[in-house]
Amino acid sequence: MLAQLDDVLREYAQAPGALIPVLQIAQAIFGYLPETALKRIAQALDKPYSEVAGVVGFYSFFTRVPRGKHLIRVCLGTACYVRGGKEVLSALKSALRVEVGETTSDRTFSLDVGRCFGACGLAPVIMIDDDVHQRVRPTKLPKILEQYRHHAAETLESAAVGPEAQS
Amino acid sequence: MNSTVSDQYRALADQAERARDRQKPGEKILIQIGSATCENAAGSVDVLDEFRKHIAASGREDIVLRRTGCTGRCSREPIVGILVPGKMPVKYERVDRPLVHEIFTRHILQGEPVLARILDGPLEKLSQHEILTCQSNRCGWEGAESLQTALARRLGDLGITPDQVRITAASCFGACGLNQLGTCSHMLVRPDKVLYRVYNEDDLDEILQEHVIHGHTVDRLKVVEKTVGRKFFEMYGDVAFFNRQSRIALRHNGIIDPESIDEYFHYRGFQALSTVLSKGDPQWVIDEVTKARLRGRGGGGYPTGQKWSMAAKAAEKTRYIICNADEGDPGAFMDRSMLESDPFNVVEGMIIGGYAIGANRGFFYIRAEYPMAIRRIDGAIRQCRERGLLGKNILGSGFDFDLEIRLGAGAFVCGEETALIHSIEGERGQPRIRPPYPTESGLWGKPTVINNVETFANITAIVNYGAGWFSRIGTAASGGTKVFALAGKILHTGLVEVPMGTTLREIVYEIGGGVAGGKQLKAVQTGGPAGGCIPAKWLDTPVDFDTLAKAGSIMGSGGMIVLDEDDCAVDIARFFMTFSQDESCGKCTPCREGTTRLLEILDRITQGTGTLADLEKLERLAKLIKKSSLCGLGRAAPNPVLSTLEHFRDEYIAHVTQQRCPAKKCVALVHYEISAEKCVGCTVCARNCPVTCITGARREAHIIDQVRCIKCGRCFEVCRFDAVQRL
Repeated sequence: MLAQLDDVLREYAQAPGALIPVLQIAQAIFGYLPETALKRIAQALDKPYSEVAGVVGFYSFFTRVPRGKHLIRVCLGTACYVRGGKEVLSALKSALRVEVGETTSDRTFSLDVGRCFGACGLAPVIMIDDDVHQRVRPTKLPKILEQYRHHAAETLESAAVGPEAQS
Repeated sequence: MNSTVSDQYRALADQAERARDRQKPGEKILIQIGSATCENAAGSVDVLDEFRKHIAASGREDIVLRRTGCTGRCSREPIVGILVPGKMPVKYERVDRPLVHEIFTRHILQGEPVLARILDGPLEKLSQHEILTCQSNRCGWEGAESLQTALARRLGDLGITPDQVRITAASCFGACGLNQLGTCSHMLVRPDKVLYRVYNEDDLDEILQEHVIHGHTVDRLKVVEKTVGRKFFEMYGDVAFFNRQSRIALRHNGIIDPESIDEYFHYRGFQALSTVLSKGDPQWVIDEVTKARLRGRGGGGYPTGQKWSMAAKAAEKTRYIICNADEGDPGAFMDRSMLESDPFNVVEGMIIGGYAIGANRGFFYIRAEYPMAIRRIDGAIRQCRERGLLGKNILGSGFDFDLEIRLGAGAFVCGEETALIHSIEGERGQPRIRPPYPTESGLWGKPTVINNVETFANITAIVNYGAGWFSRIGTAASGGTKVFALAGKILHTGLVEVPMGTTLREIVYEIGGGVAGGKQLKAVQTGGPAGGCIPAKWLDTPVDFDTLAKAGSIMGSGGMIVLDEDDCAVDIARFFMTFSQDESCGKCTPCREGTTRLLEILDRITQGTGTLADLEKLERLAKLIKKSSLCGLGRAAPNPVLSTLEHFRDEYIAHVTQQRCPAKKCVALVHYEISAEKCVGCTVCARNCPVTCITGARREAHIIDQVRCIKCGRCFEVCRFDAVQRL
């Protein structure tokens, strides 16, 4: 994976404003941003490590701890909030036995919150990887999670495929 | 005029038209399926799959599936349109696999629409014709009564029933001012796609006799010019949610295939770019945009022409143009819809903007939460490059321009222009003090124009239909329309595009259908975390940048959340403060520390431990933060607090003096009890209680253990006998 990162760095080394795209690609490669990768990025882009770490810490999309196979983000935008997003979040916390920002012990799911995915008409929504699930009620959660558990077991190595890819 | 440009454009448009014609769209039955983030979430992928299977099984070759973006009628998705040549287009709502089967076998194969499931239906009968009459106050005719009344009376006199011809009121068709000879009104005859100018009662009689009765078009009165919302009305004109809107920025949503450049060409795609490049005068573009009185749709409302002009005058020749697609306001999703449903229109708007200011490079800054929008814009850019509409020497004009996408990384503050620039530069997205404004010193120190998605989406319409036309729509200070994302406790959620100056009442009641569930409207929250709550008594406020500011809120990017009697003003203020506090970038103290302290006070109040002195503190601190913060985020963050304090002070007082939440929303201030009289002992509440704190035997009244109760409200929701009370 580090070799893959080196290829990316060679391509981006001279481009102005490359840091954030490079971090985004690195996170896609590793699933998170390990320190070795950050150090290599800092070196290749000729930036102090502190600056790279500062950028990583600033943006909520970057994570320095490994995440589960599927990232669940519960929308807490206004429309979802007034339509019960908070209840969905607490149901997920108890179903997965994790807090926001944590990963289940089997590494299947990580739980996070989001700020509006722009699907307010279907509130409350949750996003699992790139799929948006609509009108989620706490009672609907087991079924939704099951699809991904099943999926995670089936395709351990290949990249996640959402319903999008079928169209 | 540069003939090379128009020749090259013509050649591309012809090529696209030929590609489209090969599929003979006019002769086939079209099944149109929405495809956007929300459509897919609602299940349109399954619907597409099911239709595909049905078509294959039927062996019919005259049925075509077609992908469109979303119309912005979110709560009714997935939406499917069935277009049979010569027949009224029919749209279905909430389509699922069983309904696909019904639509296919009954409607497509046997010609009988499934009336029970028609969008915004059900309908008892589908009329053969529909006449949409313009209700805009800009339209007038010589008749003594309104066009609609006169039409209705004549149809009655002629013995024509509503089954044969239905009359529907509509907003502006965008034909006013185009080649008309005096005052006239307009009406559109569906499904024949004929738009008429009606000057007087004789004209009306002629149209009824010739067209409606005998089926001959009255060419003398026909509007031959292309008008802006025409295709949209032809498709969706019968739906109340749509026909009161004036669609400009959203004019292609739900009409065109967002992934096909050929389709876009068919809808006047790149004609505006061709016009601009063949004129060869960037100043002309700036003048048009200025004349149109287009103001920035991202929230600031800065005149776009003026912004472009400042960048164009800069001494530095390397300039950049950026599309701000970091739609971060919770509750706003119009930008996502435009990017996903009509991406080429935004791209074309950016190329024109780049030409106007003299930029050769542009950036889309799109938030990473919108994967489909990113894919669609990426696809649009690629197709534009293939046809030479991006890259070197565009349409032979000598103008070089290219676009690239940068993804947001989850920081709300990056919607602020200087923070956004820092983010593209690869730094922490923190704002800096302005001036210098980006038009003077922006990306990498070069003059930079940043406009919002919706602003760019209006540019092609201004060039194609004229600045004069655009400026007539809207108010004296602000031309055109604004798209609002209507959500919350509203019956019809979705995207609403109306002329500037439309009242909140029209938006909420006439288009939105009022509050869901028969509850009382409490307030409308506009402008997201930077906005405020406008109380129900101010519903007649015309919506514009300036009027909303006067009402203590802001236009913002157009989020509009409807709140009902069950929403607590303090809780809403606390919700937005949690957001602003979390998203504060931490650079300036007033915002970083101030929002934290405001949140602490609001927490105390909603917990029932606040005091009257807290209200004063809130107000003083809020005003201080407003005055002293570095950027827009901090300066606007106190707005939700200040506006709720102003309009709903009594609720704050009830929280602090009586430890009571009048809306019964604040968890710490409510508790649940079961009425022994109403409880029938069905045990549903006990079985649903997550902490098993409800006890009672079957057929006997149940009791909640108040000590163990976590106040989740589950029992309240599931009780069918109203026995559980929230007190």
